Amino acid sequence: MADIYLDNNATTMVDPAVVEEMLPYFSEQFGNPSSLHNFGNKVGFALKKARKQVQKLLGAEHESEIIFTSCGSESDATAILSALAAQPERKEIITTVVEHPAVLTLCEHLGSEGYIVHRLPVDKQGRLDLDDYKNLLSDKVAIVSVMWANNESGTIFPVEKMAELAADAGVMLHTDAVQAVGKIPINLADSDIHMLSVSGHKLHAPKGIGVLYLKRGTRFRPLLRGGHQERGRRAGTENTTSIIGLGKAAELALENLEYENTVVKAMRDRLEEGILTAVPYCFVTGDKENRLPNTASIAFEFIEGEAILLLLNKIGIAASSGSACTSGSLEPSHVMRAMDIPYTAAHGTTRFSLSRYNTMEEIERVIETLPPIVAQLRKLSPYWEGNGPVENPEALFEPVYA
Amino acid sequence: MWDYSEKVKEHFFSPRNAGAVEDANAVGDVGSLSCGDALRLTLKVEPETEIILDAGFQTFGCGSAIASSSALTEMVKGLTVDQSLEISNQDIADYLDGLPAEKMHCSVMGREALQSAVANFRGEVWTDDHDEGAMICKCFAIDEVMIEDTVRANNLSTVEEVSNYTKAGGGCASCHEGIEGVLSRVLEERGEIFVADGVGALPKRKKQPAPADDSINSAAEPIPDAATSTGGMTNLQRIRRIETVLESIRPNLQRDGGDVNLVDVDGRNIYVHLTGACSGCQMAAMTLGGIQQQLIEDLGEYIKVIPDTEIPVQLSAEA
Ligand SMILES: Cc1ncc(COP(=O)(O)O)c(C=O)c1O
Ligand code: FES
Repeated sequence: MADIYLDNNATTMVDPAVVEEMLPYFSEQFGNPSSLHNFGNKVGFALKKARKQVQKLLGAEHESEIIFTSCGSESDATAILSALAAQPERKEIITTVVEHPAVLTLCEHLGSEGYIVHRLPVDKQGRLDLDDYKNLLSDKVAIVSVMWANNESGTIFPVEKMAELAADAGVMLHTDAVQAVGKIPINLADSDIHMLSVSGHKLHAPKGIGVLYLKRGTRFRPLLRGGHQERGRRAGTENTTSIIGLGKAAELALENLEYENTVVKAMRDRLEEGILTAVPYCFVTGDKENRLPNTASIAFEFIEGEAILLLLNKIGIAASSGSACTSGSLEPSHVMRAMDIPYTAAHGTTRFSLSRYNTMEEIERVIETLPPIVAQLRKLSPYWEGNGPVENPEALFEPVYA
Repeated sequence: MWDYSEKVKEHFFSPRNAGAVEDANAVGDVGSLSCGDALRLTLKVEPETEIILDAGFQTFGCGSAIASSSALTEMVKGLTVDQSLEISNQDIADYLDGLPAEKMHCSVMGREALQSAVANFRGEVWTDDHDEGAMICKCFAIDEVMIEDTVRANNLSTVEEVSNYTKAGGGCASCHEGIEGVLSRVLEERGEIFVADGVGALPKRKKQPAPADDSINSAAEPIPDAATSTGGMTNLQRIRRIETVLESIRPNLQRDGGDVNLVDVDGRNIYVHLTGACSGCQMAAMTLGGIQQQLIEDLGEYIKVIPDTEIPVQLSAEA
């Protein structure tokens, strides 16, 4: 039986139509788009088309607001560092505790360089308190950077509303929309969002290509200076094939947006319902009312996520525990901890992230095969006894390490 | 690779009127070898009627410089000298079915060569009104020297003012950093410091700010409105001026069974409604272009005239 891929928030398969669109630009039209000769003379047009396709997906007002970068992380860093460089008298940053490391680690570093970083907390459902946020906005703030949708729980933040509040206060706002783009409708022309990050590999384009949306008129300082590429806002010879691939992927994402929010969402809902019915002591994390349609984050209590993943992987099911970037550390994910999920559950949080390539049959197979795996691991757990958890598990089993 | 139209390519590969005209009595030279673009235009003008009988060009320049020169010579033949001066660089670009934004300066050069040739014919000396510096704004082909001179002459201190006076920065906005560089330098000479925070850091909003909320004090300050961008006129004065200009154009349109009405003014975007013979046809674009030109001249700022069919959703919802 074919393996089942449910880790689309980590990365996605490149759509075959995207590959096909890219191929001629490796070996036939391989020229530099800035060159005049026939080896590159169609590349410029192809890039223009790709830019338009991305513009359309984002609902941006102008094509020149789209800047191609090398990845989502570069877009995030460019946005935040630009805001600081362009407004040197402003020394504060507002972000959240649940950001992707691309933003979190950078902000931590900036904190050590003397910037004041405000990290908005979240409640148990992963939601922000907008009153807290409003109180922080002032003319000392250089930038607000909040993610549109969380990569682990899928929780969607009210970014458009936050951008409006920021603009009212004369503050620039950037959003890491890496997980949101292609999954939920976005219309930047009508928003107050000044900058937005996209990563190609989350929407069936190749890895190593990203976009920074920059609203026209937003003061900007480039991260990479050099050639005139991207109107001088991001130097470096264009990653032509990937840009062209991303353009096609953006077009497909727009076509499939409804499918994502109906069929994919129905599969996700069925998965959650199936698992929650069959497995005791597990729950969905995040804000169920405001979530990405493709993400199911389920905390299995009293067992450890990596063990679940290994057993799932053995039977050909790919999921993840926390973000791909945070895995590898033994700490439970910062997102789960921020939502105050107890340690006994945070360690067992497993993320299933779907795409338009999944089928209901696959979902049913997961629902069938997962419960025995959980039961098997719980049998080994010191926090579990018979058919339920031991009473007051944290008090009862408290190993002390030297 | 540039996005050249078929017409540009055609004029480049088979240029018309290449070479100097014999017995020319009007010669115009612009550009120089050092800036990579030079054009000599030679005209033969009939002294009594001032009709241009023949035109020829010699160009040292890129593909679109050659195409623009070729187009220009075709366009002027048969016109009187005065008529020829009405040809704008946009006309040259239009004749070629458009030029890439970065290449618009090639058409500017054509127009300047023409002015120079006419001056020569009349025994005057035409002086290039600017030296060329490093290109700052590619959208409108405006160089550093031009921006610097305009900033000095008019005591400008913001990017927005520079855009109003020179157009530079009024397009994609990628050149704002460069314009700020010029501003800081000139302001420093005046003993002032360039301040860009507030307006200039953030783009203009389509939506009006939400009613001031107690918890955000800074929101209570009004967002600087159109007054900052409109050479000191209040919004109302400005709208009146626009109405007056439209009023003066109206009889011409009505003669052809058309009409124009002001629909909305949103900063530099002026939305109008065209009816009758001027709507929907190819003439509409020309009509709009003409209205835009008159408004720019009258208001003394760069504005854009846009048909009301292209109003962003936001605006029409507010109206
Ligand atoms: C929310 C979020 N931001 C940023 C990134 C980083 O994107 P990239 O891998 O393209 O640098 C990711 C992907 O891991 C993400 O999920
Ligand atoms: S380069 Fe100046 S507005 Fe585009």
